Amino acid sequence: MREMRIWNPACECLGRDDLRALQLERLQRQVRIAWERLPYYAAKMRAAGVTPDDIRSLADASKLPFTEKDDLRQNYPYKTFAVPLREVVRLHASTGTTGKPTVVGYTRGDMDVWSEVVARFLVAGGLTEDDIVQIAFGYGLFTGGFGLHYGVERVGATVIPASSGNTERQLMLMKDLGTTGLVCTPTYAVYLGEEMAKLGLSPRDFKLRLGFFGGEFWTDHIRRKIESLLGISATDNYGLSEIVGPGVSGECQLKQGMHVAEDHFLFEIVDRKTLKPVADGEQGEAVITTLTKEAIPVIRYRTRDITRLMPEPCGCGRTLRRMEKVLGRTDDMLIIRGVNVFPSQVEAVLLQMQEAQPHYQLVATRDGALDNLEVKVEVSENAFSDEMKQITKFRETLQHKLNGALGVHARLTLVEPGGLERFVGKAQRVVDQRTF
Amino acid sequence: MKVRQISVFIENRAGRLETVARLLGEAGINIRALSLADTSDFGILRLIVNKPEEAQAMLRQQGFTIKLTDVVAVEVPDVPGGLARVLGLLGAKGLNVEYMYAFVEKSTDKAVLVFRFDNAAEAVATLQRGGVRILREEDVLKA
Repeated sequence: MREMRIWNPACECLGRDDLRALQLERLQRQVRIAWERLPYYAAKMRAAGVTPDDIRSLADASKLPFTEKDDLRQNYPYKTFAVPLREVVRLHASTGTTGKPTVVGYTRGDMDVWSEVVARFLVAGGLTEDDIVQIAFGYGLFTGGFGLHYGVERVGATVIPASSGNTERQLMLMKDLGTTGLVCTPTYAVYLGEEMAKLGLSPRDFKLRLGFFGGEFWTDHIRRKIESLLGISATDNYGLSEIVGPGVSGECQLKQGMHVAEDHFLFEIVDRKTLKPVADGEQGEAVITTLTKEAIPVIRYRTRDITRLMPEPCGCGRTLRRMEKVLGRTDDMLIIRGVNVFPSQVEAVLLQMQEAQPHYQLVATRDGALDNLEVKVEVSENAFSDEMKQITKFRETLQHKLNGALGVHARLTLVEPGGLERFVGKAQRVVDQRTF
Repeated sequence: MKVRQISVFIENRAGRLETVARLLGEAGINIRALSLADTSDFGILRLIVNKPEEAQAMLRQQGFTIKLTDVVAVEVPDVPGGLARVLGLLGAKGLNVEYMYAFVEKSTDKAVLVFRFDNAAEAVATLQRGGVRILREEDVLKA
């Protein structure tokens, strides 16, 4: 095994006391920026009776109001920005809970930090300048493709911006260009491995040695499958666009949790119901505060991801604490082939089409390696035409709108009214039949 | 000259069609004619029953999605060429047929053609000029 290199030892091996002091200083500064330049968050602070002067210790962070995804949606597109657009050099977007996406922005300083935190987990996973990395993540508005790209370039390895899709071409590039590192969703990695085998190829025909996977839930069971199918060492990484994109945390080669870039992100775990901070090491919802963001500072963002922080130090020498793999959420969001899908997006489309009742259900299944999404919609009397071509047209229009709104292809099934369960309390809009 | 037809939205899964048939039977409603148009996901069941209002209310109450549509019922001799003659009259006037189906009368030597027209009034006038008998609803329902 190659020597376990650390990209930025000054930061990644910082003493805990020094780190806490740094975090407090940065938190105070970030809160002050939000107070002065983010009216939406200042209003929340006023409503909670909190001012920047009240933050005198890290524990005081819990006095600050949460930021919800809805806050970002309501302030779309630019009211979440703390700097003028002139200073923003990059915009990205991720799935919104309804029709509009969530827009995020980066100054030059933010781009620098982004590359830095991604470089950290890439090197933690074993990447060197000699590697050739194929990024089979979609490039575009999603932060996944570009985030990894800039991180790989920062490390100095060779990046192939293959983007997603066209599996045969991916394999050809991998073989011909001598790709050593792969970046994509875990399920796509499994799929690539299986396609490889179908073509009569084996890992011995390739030079692959490393894989960096994220964007969806995946277990150690899937990790072992990927490692054996592709002959690589596979590591997990975690991030979300609202905070920075990929780069919030990533595994080192010991693969026992993902080191969080705590000098740039303040990580809290709160109880799922009470939303109060849990005891050290306990599981709960991850709440993240950006510490160095310039374009879009975000204070106590509720990620809805369930995880825990591991208080014990890691054998690799990094002092930045590790978080456990995320295997669940506190909301209805689904991740289909790496894309976030919210039931409320379906609802927004249905409400646009008067013929559809908002009685619907999302069913996620996994067929072999890849995810499938079915959207069941109850047909209403308005939608039901006696003429086949009318219903077919309605169905096609709805399918088209859903594909556009969700960003993934979902199979639409029209069902009879009453065909979907009715619920007394909150409707169960999501049925996830996949096992991870 | 219009006959009421009930259209029922049927999911493409086992037992739905049977359920409709059973419910009608239990309610003492007789099906005079039916047609089932299908896609891979769902079907449209078109029915002419002897008690259309009762059937519509009952099926709606049972949770089915129903539409009532006006169709035209045409009587022709039950011999070869019966259908072709009618379609010829319509074609000569460029009249479009949305869909159609047919059934045979047991007490006479006649067949009944059920049509859904874009322009029912014009179609009826054309057929009558051609000497084709258009049935009234009570002729078809034989309630």
